[in-house]
Amino acid sequence: MKILVCISHVPDTTSKINFTDGDTKFDTNGVQFVINPNDEFGLTRAMWFKEKQGAQVTVVNVGGPETEPTLRKALAIGADAAIRVNTEAKDGFQVAKELANVVNDGGFDLVIAGRESIDYNGAMVPGMLASLTNANFVTNCISLDVDGTNATAIREIDGGKETVATSLPLVIGGQKGLVEESDLRIPNMRGIMMARKKPLSVVEPTNASAETNSVKFVKPAPKGAVTLVDADNIDELINLLHNEAKAI
Amino acid sequence: MSVLVYTESEQGKFKKTAFEVASYAKAVADQMGTTVTAITINAGDTSELGNYGVDKVLNVSNSDLDKFSANAYASAISQAAKQEDAKVVIVSSSADSKYLAPIVAIGLEAGYASNVVEAPSSTSPFTVKRTAFTNKAFNMTTIDTESKVVGVSQNSFGLVESNGSASSEDFSPSIPSIGVTVQSVDKATDKVSIADAEIVVSAGRGMKGPENWGMIEELADVLGAATACSKPVSDLGWRPHSEHVGQTGKPVASNLYIAIGISGAIQHLAGINSCKVKVVINTDPEAPFFKAADYGVVGDAFEVVPALIEKLKAFKAQNA
Repeated sequence: MKILVCISHVPDTTSKINFTDGDTKFDTNGVQFVINPNDEFGLTRAMWFKEKQGAQVTVVNVGGPETEPTLRKALAIGADAAIRVNTEAKDGFQVAKELANVVNDGGFDLVIAGRESIDYNGAMVPGMLASLTNANFVTNCISLDVDGTNATAIREIDGGKETVATSLPLVIGGQKGLVEESDLRIPNMRGIMMARKKPLSVVEPTNASAETNSVKFVKPAPKGAVTLVDADNIDELINLLHNEAKAI
Repeated sequence: MSVLVYTESEQGKFKKTAFEVASYAKAVADQMGTTVTAITINAGDTSELGNYGVDKVLNVSNSDLDKFSANAYASAISQAAKQEDAKVVIVSSSADSKYLAPIVAIGLEAGYASNVVEAPSSTSPFTVKRTAFTNKAFNMTTIDTESKVVGVSQNSFGLVESNGSASSEDFSPSIPSIGVTVQSVDKATDKVSIADAEIVVSAGRGMKGPENWGMIEELADVLGAATACSKPVSDLGWRPHSEHVGQTGKPVASNLYIAIGISGAIQHLAGINSCKVKVVINTDPEAPFFKAADYGVVGDAFEVVPALIEKLKAFKAQNA
């Protein structure tokens, strides 16, 4: 089985979010970039398929050279090869088009992406990629097993979960649950050394163009101060929630 | 040329989000000088949609669609958009709608903006405000294609009633082969889901152990609320992952969010930023949550929560 794991290069979850260039660009100053958490669960599940079922695992990112350390980290965790599509995509559609090209060229049976990236939160790349490559698609995926060309997955739905049967070729939008948090791997020294020798190929983009355009960013208005209620005066809290906030 | 909206139902009844997206579609249609057409799949009585600005309903009744299929539902929506020559398609941010929206977008060669929180600020260029960086910022985005798909963030636009009525006709799209088959659904029918809840009661490590969740569930029961938890609590296995709220868990956009024994890590706060009213109960007055909350009680959850339950029961009895 040939697995492609899509890796988004995103600001660490603790990052302060600021913008530059007249609020049109994300301010990367002092920001640490990591593998998108939803993708990391997928990558770890892919490692399981590699170790237990002999799958080959390639990781891919659509982005500039600055994303290569993130791909190297994925190689250090255990992926066999990495691909970087050398373009700064403007939207999810453009990313999906570039990824579709990589999938078609590489003949991947299974693509594991995160259900969404934690920066733009578009939640569109996996579904678009599945449609563009005529693959089956399961998102919000919290469990995945593959037997030959058949797959069983569990999808989180509003208020519960759903077990589905499907087949390869398949695109997964993964999240926590695909593996447990405690299963995530920190690259060890041997992994880091080996990652330096693994292939990271840079491919040039197709002529895909974006369909949407980010005009500018706006930060939420600062919040007013909290109204404190004495622990002995819960009646007052109920009064405020009912009469002032109209929330109960 | 109408605006098409997919109004979701469950067991023949519209979800609340169906009325919200209908209201949103009406706002877009007014801006564009056109009408609203809704597509429903195995919904029962559709007349209610008229109260939220829908002019015409396309009813799909097909037992092959009793179980959700993103591909088949997306195909039905795309076919409806083509039949109606709709250039703007509105969907919600439910798990199912977020699943099918990218497929609709590819099917219609439409640009797609998700997590949209306001009516378009302009329809030419078509410009929407969406959340980004997990609610830590907003992003103004243009959709530059002729066809457009807009995913409306839950509980952001609200319900806008209008006194119209909706005509209704049957619609029979062709159903593509279903490559992903639902085998079983595991859903608590007696509990409100975090996505649909008006009120969410959430608790953290301050509860000291899973055995103490009885009072959290009781508080949720009294309020008709869903229960949720912080990341450490789900990582420790005290509560299921499906309750984990935050940047890598579920986003919440309820009217009221009550956080008990949760310190308020930046990742947690990001997930609940869209909640309208936030209440924090914590022993530590320095907990970051107090900076994000509207109302706060500095106190021990083990004393405050039982008192709150008792007072709320009295309040509910009085206001019933």
